[in-house]
Amino acid sequence: MISLLGQIFRTGILTEPHPDTGDGPRREIDRLHDDILNILGRALTIRQVDAGSCNGCELEIHALNNPYYNLEGRGIKFVASPRHADMLLVTGPVTKNMENALRIAYDCTPDPKLVVAVGDCGCGCGEVGAMFGESYASCGAVDNVVGVDLRIAGCPPTPLALMQGILAAIRSRST
Amino acid sequence: MFLCDDFPIEFARQPGLGAPVWRGRAASGEDLKDFAATVHLQGGRLAALWGSDERQRHGGPSTGAVAGFRLHCVFGVSQGHACVSLDLPGDDPATLVYPDLSAIFPAANRMQRATRDMVGIASDGPDQRPWLRHGAWPADWYPLRHDAVHVFGMGVGFPNLPSDYDFVQVGGEGAHEIPVGPIHAGIIEPGHFRFSVVGERVLRLEQRLGYQHKGVEKRFIGMDIGRGAKLVGRISGDSTCAYAWAYADAVEAACGVEPPRRALLLRALMLERERVANHLGDLGALGNDAAFAFGLTQFLRLKEDWLRLNAEAFGHRFMMDRIVPGGVAGDIGAPALAAIVEQCGVIAGEVKKLRTLYDEHAGLQDRFLTTGIIDTALVRELSLSGMAARASGMILDGRAHRHEYTPPSPWTTLGVRPITDERGDVAARVAVRFGEIAESLRLLCVLAVGLPTGETRVETAPVAGAAGLGVVEGWRGEVLVGVQFDSEGKLARVHPHDPSWQAWPALEHAVMNDIVPDFPLINKSFNLSYSGVDL
Repeated sequence: MISLLGQIFRTGILTEPHPDTGDGPRREIDRLHDDILNILGRALTIRQVDAGSCNGCELEIHALNNPYYNLEGRGIKFVASPRHADMLLVTGPVTKNMENALRIAYDCTPDPKLVVAVGDCGCGCGEVGAMFGESYASCGAVDNVVGVDLRIAGCPPTPLALMQGILAAIRSRST
Repeated sequence: MFLCDDFPIEFARQPGLGAPVWRGRAASGEDLKDFAATVHLQGGRLAALWGSDERQRHGGPSTGAVAGFRLHCVFGVSQGHACVSLDLPGDDPATLVYPDLSAIFPAANRMQRATRDMVGIASDGPDQRPWLRHGAWPADWYPLRHDAVHVFGMGVGFPNLPSDYDFVQVGGEGAHEIPVGPIHAGIIEPGHFRFSVVGERVLRLEQRLGYQHKGVEKRFIGMDIGRGAKLVGRISGDSTCAYAWAYADAVEAACGVEPPRRALLLRALMLERERVANHLGDLGALGNDAAFAFGLTQFLRLKEDWLRLNAEAFGHRFMMDRIVPGGVAGDIGAPALAAIVEQCGVIAGEVKKLRTLYDEHAGLQDRFLTTGIIDTALVRELSLSGMAARASGMILDGRAHRHEYTPPSPWTTLGVRPITDERGDVAARVAVRFGEIAESLRLLCVLAVGLPTGETRVETAPVAGAAGLGVVEGWRGEVLVGVQFDSEGKLARVHPHDPSWQAWPALEHAVMNDIVPDFPLINKSFNLSYSGVDL
């Protein structure tokens, strides 16, 4: 136990400051936090749905919860059920075999809900997004299946880009 | 020669610097079956199985010997890999049948079913349930046939019908089923698990996968070498370096190209960095799944440091698109190499401390020990490779010397020590990961310090009609990529094979007789790819 506490003490707090959303000064972040509270209650909850990714995007979404980005420490939490979620974070391309499951998850998410498409495949952009596209097995971009509020491009998008995107999605709803 | 002298199949060694591969052609289904039985008797494995359409292609005449279809089987033998093809002439479904190999190698079952879904050639075995086809395209439409064009060439527009799957039922008093998925309760890929349980005890687990099937193999058809390299790096994002290297090996073998020495060492450097990154993440997640959140936080911290240096040194956190046919894209400078060596020292120290904490934590060890056991006999039976096989006592590592096997360059001179553990439980898979991190850190220092100067890439021109097979020991296990060019030098067929094909059935066995709450822990101890097998 002592050695465990020692390790925690030595590691210290590694959480880095909020990323800039690119549309204003640092104070914007504080306003965003107020927005989260105003719009969605106490916190933002996210249900992540992998609808056909290569798992690259999932690696970076996982990284959001590491101590550097500490998304949960900012009141943004990943939940197990879409019924508990304010936001669906969807990676793609949406496969035909996942199309129905994604629709069900979408319908289960209570209003007002936000849908964020993640990655070039989920957004249907860039060389990689075009590479998968639509086919006998793939519906392509997420917005071919459910309505999308915001797109976070990248292959895969970095954790910083994901944080900026998630915050921007909340902001878009608040204005 | 190889295996036995009087065998009716002639083998020729594939050229190139990649892993040792021998190619041969079976004259009949019986020959193939006999060969498979011989391989099994001698302790070999079924490494991969796929089919291809060799009839008239879009652009010109077929380059194969006969018009029809072809079955490709890759076996893991003591010297390396033996790739045996079997021609199935004609277009008539009645003749497009080959002998069932799943009675010899159970791992063949899902691969055979997937081959039927994709190409329309079937085994004569009893299990003909669809595997990748859920209902999104008709049963008599086979995506990888060259005449399977439908709308816009990619088959857009079929109705997406609901499908039923014939799960094996478990009877008896108190037995009931727990269906899980396809969407799981976490940030994880989709798949369906059907548990048959009594109380908390798992009697049987049956997986149904294919939810990630996005038509990767059809996308490859007609691509040039460069675009193929980009796509192959997105088959399983966590193994992007392993796939890119296996594809590069296959293309280089087909085109008669040898990458420069500096490029080979840089590939090894990236592959080992990929291995360490994944092991760090898994060790954290394994702690977390046993309610030890401290472990997750600590290991994710180390993983983030690791990925940030990847971005700095290679320009991408997962080093995607850095390994390309002919060598590597971009080069690395002396400061980045120094940073890599320095970081290896730091990470080694941190991991050592964390290993002590893991080893001495009674609650954690209680969850790890004797949970999710698979023994060596089962590992052999299921043709398992890689980290999970080594955690069940198999000394099998494509990077390491063993009896009759010489690893390909650059491993030959690095003296890789395969890390093994005999216990076969979650604790063993944790221990092997710890051991492999230490060994990879050692290799990384050797690679970074001894990196020769020189070219990093040579031109790779396609050779019409040529074929190649690449095999790379990825962090999960053996990654294979088979490549075939058409008469115009475009990709006619690319088949990527993930080690998860063999490991998913092993997971079904590992969870038997454990309790349902242990499943996430056992599952994570394997951490298999869905996208890599669903394609």
